[in-house]
Amino acid sequence: MRDVAVISFVQSAVARDFEHNEVEMLVPTLHAAIAESGIAKNDLGFVCSGSLDYLQGGPFAFVSGLDAVGCWPPMRESHVEMDSAWALYEAWVAIQTGEVDSALVYGFGKSSPGDLHEMMTLQYDPYYVAPLWPSMVDVAALQARAYLEASGRDEEEFAEVAARAQRNGRSNPYAVRAGDVSAKDVLAQPRTHDPLRDADIAPITDGTAAVVLAAGDLARSVCERPAWIRGIEHRIEAHGLGVRDLATSESTKLAATAAGVANGRVDIAELHAQFSHEELMLAEALGLNGSTTINPSGGPLASNPVMSAGLIRIGEVARRITSGDAQRGVAHATSGPCLQQNLVCVLEGDS
Amino acid sequence: MAGNRVGVVGIGQTHHRAARKDVSMAGLVREAAIEALEDAGMTWSDIDAVVIGKAPDMFEGVAMPELYLADALGAVGKPMMRVHTAGSVGGSTSIVAAKLVAAGIHERVLTVAYEKQSESNATWGLSVPMPFAAPLVAGAGGYFAPLIRAYMYRSGAPRHIGHLVAVKDRLAALRNPKAHLHLPDIDLKTVEESFLLWDPLRYLDVCPSSDGAMAMVMGSEKVADASEGSVAWIHGMAMRSEPTMFARRDQINPQAGKDCAKDVYAQAGITNPRDDFDCAEVYVPFSWYEPMWLENLGFCAEGDGWKLTEAGATAPTGDIPWNPSGGVLSSNPIGASGMVRFGEAAQQVRRRAGDYQVELKTGKALGHAYGGGSQFFSMWVVGSEKPA
Amino acid sequence: MAEPLVEPHVLDYPGGYTRSVGPVIGRFLTGLRDGRIEAVRLADGRVLVPPTEYDPSTSAPVAADGAHWIEVGPRGTVQTFTWVAQPRAGKHGLTKPFAFALIRPDGADTALLHMVDCASADGIRVGSRVAPRWRAERTGHITDIEAWIPLGDGEEPEPAPLHVPAEEEQPVTGITSPSRLEYRLTAGQATARYLEGLGEGKIIGGRAPSSSDVYAASRGTDPITGDATSIEVEVQDSGVITTFCVVNIPGLSELAPEVPFVSAQILLDGANNTFFGLIRGADVDEVHMGMRVKAKWADELKPDHTSILWWEPSGEPDEEYDRYKDYL
Repeated sequence: MRDVAVISFVQSAVARDFEHNEVEMLVPTLHAAIAESGIAKNDLGFVCSGSLDYLQGGPFAFVSGLDAVGCWPPMRESHVEMDSAWALYEAWVAIQTGEVDSALVYGFGKSSPGDLHEMMTLQYDPYYVAPLWPSMVDVAALQARAYLEASGRDEEEFAEVAARAQRNGRSNPYAVRAGDVSAKDVLAQPRTHDPLRDADIAPITDGTAAVVLAAGDLARSVCERPAWIRGIEHRIEAHGLGVRDLATSESTKLAATAAGVANGRVDIAELHAQFSHEELMLAEALGLNGSTTINPSGGPLASNPVMSAGLIRIGEVARRITSGDAQRGVAHATSGPCLQQNLVCVLEGDS
Repeated sequence: MAGNRVGVVGIGQTHHRAARKDVSMAGLVREAAIEALEDAGMTWSDIDAVVIGKAPDMFEGVAMPELYLADALGAVGKPMMRVHTAGSVGGSTSIVAAKLVAAGIHERVLTVAYEKQSESNATWGLSVPMPFAAPLVAGAGGYFAPLIRAYMYRSGAPRHIGHLVAVKDRLAALRNPKAHLHLPDIDLKTVEESFLLWDPLRYLDVCPSSDGAMAMVMGSEKVADASEGSVAWIHGMAMRSEPTMFARRDQINPQAGKDCAKDVYAQAGITNPRDDFDCAEVYVPFSWYEPMWLENLGFCAEGDGWKLTEAGATAPTGDIPWNPSGGVLSSNPIGASGMVRFGEAAQQVRRRAGDYQVELKTGKALGHAYGGGSQFFSMWVVGSEKPA
Repeated sequence: MAEPLVEPHVLDYPGGYTRSVGPVIGRFLTGLRDGRIEAVRLADGRVLVPPTEYDPSTSAPVAADGAHWIEVGPRGTVQTFTWVAQPRAGKHGLTKPFAFALIRPDGADTALLHMVDCASADGIRVGSRVAPRWRAERTGHITDIEAWIPLGDGEEPEPAPLHVPAEEEQPVTGITSPSRLEYRLTAGQATARYLEGLGEGKIIGGRAPSSSDVYAASRGTDPITGDATSIEVEVQDSGVITTFCVVNIPGLSELAPEVPFVSAQILLDGANNTFFGLIRGADVDEVHMGMRVKAKWADELKPDHTSILWWEPSGEPDEEYDRYKDYL
């Protein structure tokens, strides 16, 4: 396998952007990510993005993203209708073939124009589940309670996760929800989706993210301390909620083992947990213990630009490695109801 | 081609129809997938990863359908991805799947592309009105018909050229039991008398709306060598995109198409496509796109595409059959069509095309897909023998 | 520019998606229509409800007929639940607060997702015993069970009201699924400025500082470079038809005029891109490439696309092909 590293990462996020459309949001992000990479745009081997037409409200909406790239002369370019963490995976694969040595990966999406939680119902079994219209939060709440029952944990632990996310978010300029919040503050909130409280649920966010990947010597030539991808794996579970053990994240465990999470210490972990209980479940599945700092960025509970949030987890780990704040970290991305599909990426700096 | 050798060891597709009311979405993709697995001599447990592709979710009203289809496609516990590159998606999906093998990450990858567009309506799906955008009053064909007129002007092509393709591809489809349209009585006269939808496109110059799925199993060299069935070896694969609109854009002979072809030909050692291929499966949803793509893909000089068509060069009996399967003009499940082209090219070099098998002399075929405003291109070259 | 430009948008396939379900799902839904919950015993002995077409563990197909089909329930046990304090009008079958739950019917090893109609969140817990409340009129749909209701100790569930089959009734083969999503979409600054310009009787374009190309109705960037078209340029409301087609299909959209009509690609004077416009004021046979046209503005100008009604021949001599050949 070729050594591939994250050599630049840029993100943007606001609670609700009424002024700019998706293309206008993307332009500064892409320009900055390319500039930061030290590789000229037309030297980038491959461009791959992740977005969701449903967020934009119309079919083929993803095509507009290309206007922000300046895809001329024609470029090798592709797109997944998934979180851009999977676009990064596709780009990583392209580099592994040897066809290209670098790639621009980006994600974008506005959750504020539509009703995100209701929109995600369209992911669910079209015959048995979607017609009942359980929302994204409703199904997460089902998992939260199943987890409480099976794990013996309690809502205080959820509240601690929620509070820590907002406290960590204070140092994140892209957090849309941050503050000096305590678990007690969270517990004082009513349960809006029993057993979940508002603070347990990721905030609606509009945002973008971009990462540049580069292989081996190219990475070393443009970046002083590349964040090397040592392992990247993803797995999916069965779809039916009534068929899965909702209290554990089996696919995260499988991906973590395959990616080699346990091969070294994990200084930091950025987990794509859109709900408090997910962070606890994912940390267990990844085998993390108290020595790992989880979601120093505040994670999705502080800022959740859907379709970019998974890529941002990878970027947040990478930049802390590049800055020297961490030596080795794990980034996680998820897709589907109740953590149905999970991607795990292990990143490491040169020793 | 970059990376390790990749062989297509199994291919399957559904009977493409206006509406597959006999199956669910999962049933539709299963039909193609099972056929591909059986062709490959494999079972679900042999597959390492699954890559699916389809056009916009709104056609079926299911968001991110890979989540729902994981069980149906044997993906539980495995990696699964979903590609979406508009009309070219069937081709780009094939390439994403092949790269997993070329990179040495997996040995056996199942790839499926589909559309069950009868659950809504393709015309609606292709032109959902959006605020702020100029209202689309002309429909999907209204986007391409002006470009066809411009091609006719630039090339001097006579008006009946498109109709020749409309007849050729539907007659070819009569030998393809999986094709949607079987029009045994079609001839030039019936095409010329069919309703003039968007001048110069007549009803029979336009593809149907189909439900259908296509599946392939890609294997590493080791897997392909051990395969009992015949193998289509991938000699080259490429993708190129350009923006939908920009100053001085040539929409008729897009640069991205030319660049993509140049790349895939270089990988596969193709120097003269007309001579070096035994046939080509090319995404032609409107009849006139055959002469246009003949030029874009370098089968002739710019402006001469219509002459090749008129001379019968691209007929099944010609020296460079195009779309011996009947092509998109005979079956168009939008998300699947690109993979159908890629797969049909592979079937030809595997000598598995049944009654529409072309004679193999070079043992190489081209698979092509395009999408969006003629801006997304994916292509591959497959061969009966291993690449050098 | 005062307020950001935001418009409501509805994504809704008229009448709902028509979904064919295949024989396995069809059999389960037919059972619901008859007032019965069916499950399938998988190869490993697990009893799966609702039956999916493929075994979630092995992907093996589930046959639509056979001894592996068994009736389960009607009683069930709540495995997990949540409370919906604000039901969604037009989507949820209940208008007062209810619970979503995963309910394992007696005899099954898996749970199905459904609604539980109970007075409050206190009325349901993990382990609650529930039974279905069936609709009187059933069609073969997951909502044939209107909701589940708590069952007291020793309480017998109400049987399903008898389903009287229609004449020549067939097993269920499909469902119709409405799917209405509402949005408030943002135009973005470039588009908002363009539409504002229409309201002033102007066609606003944009140019990126890095280029000399002007994009009429710019979407915000120069697509070649990805740079923002930050320099505003007014483009003339006259131009040339580079190419076109004649549309003969009636009723393509509410805004389409009577057929036949011409939809043309127009290159405006001062712009480096084309866009589609409706041509009127000429017989469709008269329209030709190179014909010069001028915008027909509406009497009442608004900041939207209604301000330009159509494009009509300007009467000027045709444009030379060389002037527009790069814009076909």
